[in-house]
Amino acid sequence: MSETKKILLDPVIENNPIGLQILGVCSALAVTSNLNTTIIMCVALTLVTAFSSLFISIVRNQIPSSIRIIVQMTIIASLVIVVDQVLKAYAYSSSKQLSVFVGLIITNCIVMGRAEAFAMKNGPVLSFVDGIGNGLGYSVVLLLLGFCRELLGSGKLFGIEVLPLVADGGWYLPNGLMLLPPSAFFLIGLFIWALRAWKTDQKEVSEYVIAPNTRRLPHSEAH
Amino acid sequence: MSNDSTSKTLGVALLLCVVCSVVVSTAAVVLKPIQVQNKLLDKKQNILSAAGLLGKGDVDIDALFAKIEIKYVEIASGNFVDVPEGFDQRKLAKDPSANIVLDSQTDIASIKRQSKIAEIYLARDSSGQLERIILPVHGYGLWSTLYGFLALEADANTVIGLGFYDHGETPGLGGEVDNPKWKGIWPGKKVFGDDGGVSVQLVKGGVNKERPEAVHQVDSLSGATITSRGVENLLKFWLGENGFGPLLTKFQAGEV
Repeated sequence: MSETKKILLDPVIENNPIGLQILGVCSALAVTSNLNTTIIMCVALTLVTAFSSLFISIVRNQIPSSIRIIVQMTIIASLVIVVDQVLKAYAYSSSKQLSVFVGLIITNCIVMGRAEAFAMKNGPVLSFVDGIGNGLGYSVVLLLLGFCRELLGSGKLFGIEVLPLVADGGWYLPNGLMLLPPSAFFLIGLFIWALRAWKTDQKEVSEYVIAPNTRRLPHSEAH
Repeated sequence: MSNDSTSKTLGVALLLCVVCSVVVSTAAVVLKPIQVQNKLLDKKQNILSAAGLLGKGDVDIDALFAKIEIKYVEIASGNFVDVPEGFDQRKLAKDPSANIVLDSQTDIASIKRQSKIAEIYLARDSSGQLERIILPVHGYGLWSTLYGFLALEADANTVIGLGFYDHGETPGLGGEVDNPKWKGIWPGKKVFGDDGGVSVQLVKGGVNKERPEAVHQVDSLSGATITSRGVENLLKFWLGENGFGPLLTKFQAGEV
């Protein structure tokens, strides 16, 4: 049981797909400008990761290695289309806001990464739990981003005004940068910094050290 | 039989494709009716909201929309025409037998081609008097084509509202075309000048309310020069002679 729990909770902090593995960053930039779309994206990605890992794990012993990746992609793509269709039917306005990003779950490295790294070697139940865990890890970061971006960018949470805006007679001047995708880069960077300052074992060893610059530039000697 | 033999590989691929396609098409077919309904409801809601007929809170959109009259207009002449069932203006704009290809001189809204026939909406008051004219408009902004509705009063000159239901402009900048405060400046503006030309304008630096032309001017969106220019161009196009100009002239003359 403890192993299942470890698989479920490890990706949240210890082995976060965005924080440690730096995967799935593109969608984290695109859908986090408000919390509503963020939550739908988190649920969609968690479900796709869990079920694709489950199905891939079930058929893992039958998959010929030469078409391994294509088989995984086909299963993932089918699930993503199903999720997209369900959203269009039951959450139309949110699916309009998410537009192409639901479809782009197909190319999210977390889904492929878990399928290839975990589901191909483990049983269906563990793979499903692993998918849920990684979805949770992704969701934690996304919710954090969505929270910061919506609060600082438009003074709202879930579309409800929290900080009254100057434009509406309040005191808060919104930070427009927070609504643009680059702000998510800064926030992810700060998150990774904080995470690695806390969990120092996540720090990577430098592959090389830049030599101190001791040589004088040649033309400066002429003078 | 080993997993890597050719026959096994082909078999697995074939089986997987069949299973996946069945799953995907089942989902698509089963959910299609709800999706079509959602799309239609969304469009109706946008038409009502542009026309200022949408109240606050939960309202029965279908009941409100039932009062709206749908008409089809031949754009070039401004005459009402009958169309077959299943009219789709966006599809017709791509059909060579039903569209007009615009040259770069006239195509100020950068839409390249337009349908010969357009769907418009009329709202009447309780006595049957024409009250609101709602026109579909679209044109290119910075990243995307903006699709929206412009609602005019029965004089075919005074704006009731302008709203876009489909666009891909930058959130927080060009995306502010959806901002209710900005949309709130539009009502009451006049789109045609005294000479009959399209005179609606988006201006930078704020509208000077003292000037006589202020009634034709709307503030540009800050940080979104190109989107604002796109909105101005698409209005100029659709209100001009290649758009709904001929129809609006008839409304102004009281011919329809």
